[in-house]
Amino acid sequence: MNTDIYIYIFIMAAVSYAIRVLPVTLIKKQIKNQFIQSFLYYVPYVTLAVMTFPAIINATQSKISGILAFIAGTIAAWFNFGLFKVAVTCCAVVFISELFIL
Amino acid sequence: MEQEILTKRISGKRSFKIQTNNNAFKSGMKDGVPIGLGYLAVSFSLGIMAKSAGLTPFQGFLVSLLCNASAGEFAGFSVIAAAGSFLEMAMAILVANARYLLMGCALSQRMEPGLALRHRLIMAFDITDEVFAITIARPGWLNPYYTYGAMVTTMPFWAIGTALGVMAGNMLPANIVSAFSVALYGMFLAVIIPQAKKDKVVAVLIVISFALSYLGTYIPFIKDMSDGTKTIIFTILISAGAAILFPRKPQEES
Repeated sequence: MNTDIYIYIFIMAAVSYAIRVLPVTLIKKQIKNQFIQSFLYYVPYVTLAVMTFPAIINATQSKISGILAFIAGTIAAWFNFGLFKVAVTCCAVVFISELFIL
Repeated sequence: MEQEILTKRISGKRSFKIQTNNNAFKSGMKDGVPIGLGYLAVSFSLGIMAKSAGLTPFQGFLVSLLCNASAGEFAGFSVIAAAGSFLEMAMAILVANARYLLMGCALSQRMEPGLALRHRLIMAFDITDEVFAITIARPGWLNPYYTYGAMVTTMPFWAIGTALGVMAGNMLPANIVSAFSVALYGMFLAVIIPQAKKDKVVAVLIVISFALSYLGTYIPFIKDMSDGTKTIIFTILISAGAAILFPRKPQEES
Protein backbone atom coordinates (compact mmCIF):
# COMPACT_ATOMS: atom_id res chain seq x y z
CA MET A 1 0.00 0.00 0.00
CA ASN A 2 2.82 2.37 0.93
CA THR A 3 4.72 1.62 -2.29
CA ASP A 4 1.45 2.15 -4.13
CA ILE A 5 1.20 5.67 -2.74
CA TYR A 6 4.66 6.51 -4.07
CA ILE A 7 3.72 5.12 -7.47
CA TYR A 8 0.59 7.28 -7.40
CA ILE A 9 2.71 10.30 -6.46
CA PHE A 10 5.15 9.54 -9.26
CA ILE A 11 2.34 9.37 -11.83
CA MET A 12 0.83 12.59 -10.52
CA ALA A 13 4.17 14.39 -10.78
CA ALA A 14 5.10 12.95 -14.19
CA VAL A 15 1.78 13.76 -15.87
CA SER A 16 1.63 17.22 -14.27
CA TYR A 17 5.10 18.05 -15.56
CA ALA A 18 4.61 16.54 -19.02
CA ILE A 19 1.54 18.73 -19.63
CA ARG A 20 3.52 21.83 -18.74
CA VAL A 21 6.86 21.10 -20.31
CA LEU A 22 5.75 19.84 -23.73
CA PRO A 23 4.35 23.14 -25.08
CA VAL A 24 7.20 25.34 -23.85
CA THR A 25 9.92 23.05 -25.20
CA LEU A 26 8.27 21.93 -28.45
CA ILE A 27 6.88 25.30 -29.57
CA LYS A 28 10.04 27.35 -30.04
CA LYS A 29 8.99 29.41 -33.03
CA GLN A 30 6.57 32.26 -33.09
CA ILE A 31 3.28 30.98 -34.42
CA LYS A 32 2.40 32.84 -37.62
CA ASN A 33 -1.16 31.58 -38.03
CA GLN A 34 -3.47 34.47 -37.21
CA PHE A 35 -6.21 32.33 -35.69
CA ILE A 36 -3.86 30.50 -33.33
CA GLN A 37 -2.08 33.74 -32.47
CA SER A 38 -5.36 35.44 -31.58
CA PHE A 39 -6.59 32.35 -29.74
CA LEU A 40 -3.48 32.21 -27.56
CA TYR A 41 -3.67 35.94 -26.90
CA TYR A 42 -7.24 35.59 -25.58
CA VAL A 43 -6.68 32.34 -23.61
CA PRO A 44 -5.07 33.84 -20.48
CA TYR A 45 -7.76 36.43 -19.90
CA VAL A 46 -10.63 34.08 -20.62
CA THR A 47 -9.29 31.24 -18.52
CA LEU A 48 -8.57 33.49 -15.53
CA ALA A 49 -12.03 35.06 -15.83
CA VAL A 50 -13.70 31.64 -16.00
CA MET A 51 -11.79 30.51 -12.92
CA THR A 52 -12.58 33.66 -10.94
CA PHE A 53 -16.33 33.79 -11.25
CA PRO A 54 -18.42 32.29 -9.69
CA ALA A 55 -15.64 30.48 -7.76
CA ILE A 56 -14.89 33.61 -5.71
CA ILE A 57 -18.42 33.73 -4.27
CA ASN A 58 -18.29 30.05 -3.34
CA ALA A 59 -14.86 30.25 -1.68
CA THR A 60 -15.98 32.31 1.29
CA GLN A 61 -18.18 31.40 4.26
CA SER A 62 -20.92 33.67 2.99
CA LYS A 63 -21.81 34.32 -0.65
CA ILE A 64 -22.35 38.00 0.18
CA SER A 65 -18.80 38.53 1.39
CA GLY A 66 -17.57 36.79 -1.77
CA ILE A 67 -19.66 39.09 -3.98
CA LEU A 68 -18.37 42.14 -2.06
CA ALA A 69 -14.78 40.95 -2.51
CA PHE A 70 -15.44 40.43 -6.23
CA ILE A 71 -16.79 43.97 -6.63
CA ALA A 72 -14.07 45.56 -4.48
CA GLY A 73 -11.35 43.60 -6.30
CA THR A 74 -12.69 44.62 -9.71
CA ILE A 75 -12.75 48.30 -8.71
CA ALA A 76 -9.27 48.12 -7.16
CA ALA A 77 -7.92 46.40 -10.29
CA TRP A 78 -9.64 49.00 -12.49
CA PHE A 79 -7.62 51.68 -10.72
CA ASN A 80 -4.41 49.67 -11.25
CA PHE A 81 -3.79 48.85 -7.61
CA GLY A 82 -1.42 46.04 -8.53
CA LEU A 83 -1.48 42.34 -7.61
CA PHE A 84 -0.68 42.57 -3.94
CA LYS A 85 -3.00 45.45 -3.07
CA VAL A 86 -5.94 43.99 -4.98
CA ALA A 87 -5.46 40.64 -3.24
CA VAL A 88 -5.23 42.28 0.19
CA THR A 89 -8.30 44.42 -0.58
CA CYS A 90 -10.32 41.30 -1.37
CA CYS A 91 -9.15 39.52 1.80
CA ALA A 92 -9.87 42.56 3.98
CA VAL A 93 -13.35 42.98 2.51
CA VAL A 94 -14.17 39.35 3.25
CA PHE A 95 -12.74 39.47 6.76
CA ILE A 96 -14.51 42.69 7.73
CA SER A 97 -17.84 41.97 6.06
CA GLU A 98 -18.02 38.52 7.65
CA LEU A 99 -17.69 40.11 11.09
CA PHE A 100 -21.07 41.70 10.40
CA ILE A 101 -22.77 39.07 8.25
CA LEU A 102 -22.06 35.97 10.29
CA MET B 1 43.09 49.46 -26.90
CA GLU B 2 40.23 48.61 -29.17
CA GLN B 3 40.14 45.23 -27.54
CA GLU B 4 39.88 46.86 -24.13
CA ILE B 5 36.96 49.07 -25.14
CA LEU B 6 35.23 46.09 -26.61
CA THR B 7 35.73 44.09 -23.42
CA LYS B 8 34.47 46.97 -21.38
CA ARG B 9 31.41 47.30 -23.53
CA ILE B 10 30.64 43.61 -23.31
CA SER B 11 31.13 43.50 -19.54
CA GLY B 12 28.99 46.63 -19.25
CA LYS B 13 26.27 44.94 -21.21
CA ARG B 14 26.59 41.83 -19.09
CA SER B 15 26.39 43.69 -15.79
CA PHE B 16 23.35 45.52 -17.13
CA LYS B 17 21.81 42.16 -17.93
CA ILE B 18 22.67 40.77 -14.51
CA GLN B 19 21.09 43.80 -12.91
CA THR B 20 17.96 43.37 -15.04
CA ASN B 21 17.80 39.73 -13.99
CA ASN B 22 18.34 40.66 -10.34
CA ASN B 23 15.55 43.19 -10.48
CA ALA B 24 13.28 40.73 -12.25
CA PHE B 25 14.05 38.12 -9.59
CA LYS B 26 13.23 40.58 -6.81
CA SER B 27 9.99 41.68 -8.49
CA GLY B 28 9.05 38.03 -8.87
CA MET B 29 9.72 37.38 -5.19
CA LYS B 30 7.65 40.41 -4.22
CA ASP B 31 4.71 39.53 -6.45
CA GLY B 32 4.96 35.96 -5.20
CA VAL B 33 4.39 36.84 -1.54
CA PRO B 34 0.62 37.40 -1.69
CA ILE B 35 0.36 34.26 -3.82
CA GLY B 36 2.38 32.34 -1.25
CA LEU B 37 0.06 33.46 1.55
CA GLY B 38 -2.98 32.49 -0.49
CA TYR B 39 -1.28 29.16 -1.24
CA LEU B 40 -0.79 28.53 2.46
CA ALA B 41 -4.54 28.70 3.04
CA VAL B 42 -5.51 26.69 -0.04
CA SER B 43 -2.86 24.01 0.39
CA PHE B 44 -3.81 23.69 4.04
CA SER B 45 -7.29 22.61 3.02
CA LEU B 46 -5.73 20.36 0.39
CA GLY B 47 -3.67 18.79 3.18
CA ILE B 48 -6.84 17.96 5.07
CA MET B 49 -8.03 16.08 1.99
CA ALA B 50 -4.64 14.35 1.63
CA LYS B 51 -4.97 13.12 5.18
CA SER B 52 -8.37 11.60 4.54
CA ALA B 53 -6.87 9.88 1.49
CA GLY B 54 -4.33 8.28 3.82
CA LEU B 55 -1.20 10.33 3.10
CA THR B 56 1.45 11.21 5.66
CA PRO B 57 2.60 14.84 6.10
CA PHE B 58 5.76 14.03 4.15
CA GLN B 59 3.80 12.48 1.28
CA GLY B 60 1.49 15.50 1.18
CA PHE B 61 4.54 17.77 1.12
CA LEU B 62 6.09 15.71 -1.68
CA VAL B 63 2.96 15.74 -3.84
CA SER B 64 2.59 19.51 -3.54
CA LEU B 65 6.28 20.17 -4.17
CA LEU B 66 6.20 18.03 -7.31
CA CYS B 67 2.75 18.80 -8.72
CA ASN B 68 2.01 22.45 -7.90
CA ALA B 69 -1.65 22.12 -8.83
CA SER B 70 -4.75 22.59 -6.72
CA ALA B 71 -7.39 20.96 -8.90
CA GLY B 72 -4.90 18.35 -10.12
CA GLU B 73 -3.85 17.31 -6.63
CA PHE B 74 -7.45 17.36 -5.48
CA ALA B 75 -8.30 14.95 -8.31
CA GLY B 76 -5.26 12.84 -7.51
CA PHE B 77 -6.14 12.53 -3.83
CA SER B 78 -9.66 11.41 -4.80
CA VAL B 79 -8.16 8.64 -6.93
CA ILE B 80 -5.87 7.56 -4.08
CA ALA B 81 -8.80 7.64 -1.65
CA ALA B 82 -10.85 5.45 -4.01
CA ALA B 83 -7.81 3.17 -4.62
CA GLY B 84 -8.24 3.80 -8.36
CA SER B 85 -6.02 2.32 -11.06
CA PHE B 86 -2.81 4.00 -12.21
CA LEU B 87 -4.43 4.72 -15.57
CA GLU B 88 -7.31 6.45 -13.82
CA MET B 89 -4.76 8.50 -11.95
CA ALA B 90 -3.01 9.57 -15.14
CA MET B 91 -6.32 10.48 -16.80
CA ALA B 92 -7.58 12.40 -13.78
CA ILE B 93 -4.39 14.49 -13.64
CA LEU B 94 -4.46 15.03 -17.39
CA VAL B 95 -8.01 16.38 -17.36
CA ALA B 96 -7.68 18.42 -14.18
CA ASN B 97 -4.46 20.02 -15.43
CA ALA B 98 -5.17 20.32 -19.15
CA ARG B 99 -5.53 24.08 -18.85
CA TYR B 100 -1.80 24.22 -18.11
CA LEU B 101 -1.25 22.89 -21.62
CA LEU B 102 -3.04 25.97 -22.97
CA MET B 103 -1.15 28.22 -20.60
CA GLY B 104 2.11 26.58 -21.71
CA CYS B 105 1.23 27.30 -25.35
CA ALA B 106 0.50 30.93 -24.47
CA LEU B 107 3.77 31.21 -22.52
CA SER B 108 5.75 29.65 -25.38
CA GLN B 109 4.74 32.59 -27.54
CA ARG B 110 6.15 35.03 -25.02
CA MET B 111 9.49 33.25 -24.66
CA GLU B 112 12.36 34.66 -26.65
CA PRO B 113 12.97 32.18 -29.50
CA GLY B 114 16.57 31.61 -28.36
CA LEU B 115 15.66 31.07 -24.69
CA ALA B 116 17.82 28.24 -23.34
CA LEU B 117 16.26 24.83 -22.78
CA ARG B 118 17.16 24.84 -19.06
CA HIS B 119 15.07 27.99 -18.56
CA ARG B 120 12.15 26.39 -20.38
CA LEU B 121 12.47 23.22 -18.30
CA ILE B 122 12.48 25.09 -14.98
CA MET B 123 9.78 27.61 -15.90
CA ALA B 124 7.50 24.77 -17.00
CA PHE B 125 7.75 23.17 -13.57
CA ASP B 126 5.74 25.92 -11.92
CA ILE B 127 3.08 26.87 -14.46
CA THR B 128 0.23 27.39 -12.05
CA ASP B 129 -2.85 29.61 -12.41
CA GLU B 130 -1.28 32.26 -10.21
CA VAL B 131 2.35 32.20 -11.35
CA PHE B 132 1.13 32.09 -14.95
CA ALA B 133 -1.09 35.09 -14.25
CA ILE B 134 1.70 37.30 -12.91
CA THR B 135 4.21 36.05 -15.50
CA ILE B 136 1.99 36.78 -18.51
CA ALA B 137 1.09 40.21 -17.09
CA ARG B 138 4.69 41.40 -17.59
CA PRO B 139 5.38 43.25 -20.84
CA GLY B 140 7.69 41.97 -23.58
CA TRP B 141 9.67 38.72 -23.64
CA LEU B 142 9.43 36.73 -20.43
CA ASN B 143 12.37 37.02 -18.09
CA PRO B 144 12.81 33.57 -16.52
CA TYR B 145 14.34 35.14 -13.41
CA TYR B 146 11.04 36.85 -12.67
CA THR B 147 9.36 33.45 -12.62
CA TYR B 148 12.19 32.00 -10.47
CA GLY B 149 11.67 34.79 -7.94
CA ALA B 150 7.98 33.97 -7.80
CA MET B 151 8.78 30.25 -7.45
CA VAL B 152 10.98 30.97 -4.41
CA THR B 153 8.24 32.77 -2.51
CA THR B 154 5.33 30.57 -3.57
CA MET B 155 6.39 26.91 -3.86
CA PRO B 156 7.56 26.47 -0.23
CA PHE B 157 4.24 27.84 1.06
CA TRP B 158 2.31 25.45 -1.14
CA ALA B 159 4.28 22.38 -0.02
CA ILE B 160 4.52 23.35 3.66
CA GLY B 161 0.84 24.32 3.78
CA THR B 162 -0.11 20.87 2.53
CA ALA B 163 2.05 19.17 5.15
CA LEU B 164 0.56 21.38 7.88
CA GLY B 165 -2.92 20.54 6.65
CA VAL B 166 -2.19 16.83 6.97
CA MET B 167 -0.77 17.34 10.46
CA ALA B 168 -3.10 19.88 11.96
CA GLY B 169 -6.40 19.43 10.18
CA ASN B 170 -8.93 22.12 10.99
CA MET B 171 -6.94 24.38 13.29
CA LEU B 172 -6.98 27.74 11.51
CA PRO B 173 -10.12 29.73 12.41
CA ALA B 174 -12.72 29.57 9.66
CA ASN B 175 -12.89 33.33 9.16
CA ILE B 176 -9.13 33.52 8.47
CA VAL B 177 -9.33 30.67 5.94
CA SER B 178 -12.32 32.37 4.36
CA ALA B 179 -10.49 35.70 4.01
CA PHE B 180 -7.34 34.07 2.61
CA SER B 181 -9.30 32.06 0.09
CA VAL B 182 -10.15 35.11 -2.06
CA ALA B 183 -6.54 36.32 -2.35
CA LEU B 184 -5.95 34.22 -5.46
CA TYR B 185 -9.09 35.49 -7.18
CA GLY B 186 -8.11 39.06 -6.32
CA MET B 187 -4.87 38.51 -8.17
CA PHE B 188 -6.67 37.11 -11.19
CA LEU B 189 -8.79 40.28 -11.27
CA ALA B 190 -5.64 42.41 -11.03
CA VAL B 191 -4.36 40.71 -14.20
CA ILE B 192 -7.47 40.71 -16.37
CA ILE B 193 -9.18 44.02 -15.50
CA PRO B 194 -6.32 46.38 -16.51
CA GLN B 195 -6.15 44.62 -19.89
CA ALA B 196 -9.93 45.05 -20.26
CA LYS B 197 -9.42 48.80 -19.95
CA LYS B 198 -6.93 48.74 -22.83
CA ASP B 199 -8.72 46.25 -25.09
CA LYS B 200 -12.52 46.41 -25.46
CA VAL B 201 -12.65 42.90 -26.94
CA VAL B 202 -10.98 41.51 -23.82
CA ALA B 203 -13.49 43.44 -21.68
CA VAL B 204 -16.43 41.84 -23.51
CA LEU B 205 -14.80 38.40 -23.32
CA ILE B 206 -14.32 38.72 -19.57
CA VAL B 207 -18.01 39.53 -19.08
CA ILE B 208 -18.99 36.60 -21.32
CA SER B 209 -16.59 34.33 -19.42
CA PHE B 210 -18.08 35.33 -16.06
CA ALA B 211 -21.60 34.79 -17.39
CA LEU B 212 -20.99 31.41 -19.06
CA SER B 213 -18.95 30.15 -16.15
CA TYR B 214 -21.81 31.11 -13.83
CA LEU B 215 -24.43 29.48 -16.08
CA GLY B 216 -22.18 26.41 -16.22
CA THR B 217 -22.95 25.74 -12.58
CA TYR B 218 -26.65 25.34 -13.47
CA ILE B 219 -26.76 23.82 -16.95
CA PRO B 220 -27.45 20.07 -16.72
CA PHE B 221 -24.56 17.82 -17.77
CA ILE B 222 -22.05 20.70 -17.67
CA LYS B 223 -22.67 21.33 -13.99
CA ASP B 224 -21.63 17.76 -13.17
CA MET B 225 -18.21 18.19 -14.77
CA SER B 226 -15.15 18.93 -12.64
CA ASP B 227 -14.03 22.54 -12.37
CA GLY B 228 -10.92 21.74 -14.41
CA THR B 229 -12.95 20.31 -17.30
CA LYS B 230 -15.37 23.23 -17.24
CA THR B 231 -12.48 25.67 -17.34
CA ILE B 232 -10.98 23.98 -20.40
CA ILE B 233 -14.26 23.79 -22.29
CA PHE B 234 -15.20 27.41 -21.68
CA THR B 235 -11.68 28.66 -22.33
CA ILE B 236 -11.48 26.90 -25.69
CA LEU B 237 -15.01 27.87 -26.78
CA ILE B 238 -14.78 31.53 -25.84
CA SER B 239 -11.18 32.08 -27.00
CA ALA B 240 -11.76 30.29 -30.30
CA GLY B 241 -14.96 32.24 -30.92
CA ALA B 242 -13.13 35.48 -30.21
CA ALA B 243 -10.20 34.50 -32.44
CA ILE B 244 -12.66 33.92 -35.32
CA LEU B 245 -14.77 37.03 -34.74
CA PHE B 246 -12.01 39.40 -33.63
CA PRO B 247 -8.74 38.18 -35.15
CA ARG B 248 -5.83 40.30 -34.05
CA LYS B 249 -3.57 41.95 -36.58
CA PRO B 250 -0.02 40.66 -36.19
CA GLN B 251 1.43 44.16 -35.53
CA GLU B 252 -0.87 44.55 -32.52
CA GLU B 253 1.21 41.94 -30.71
CA SER B 254 2.90 43.72 -27.84
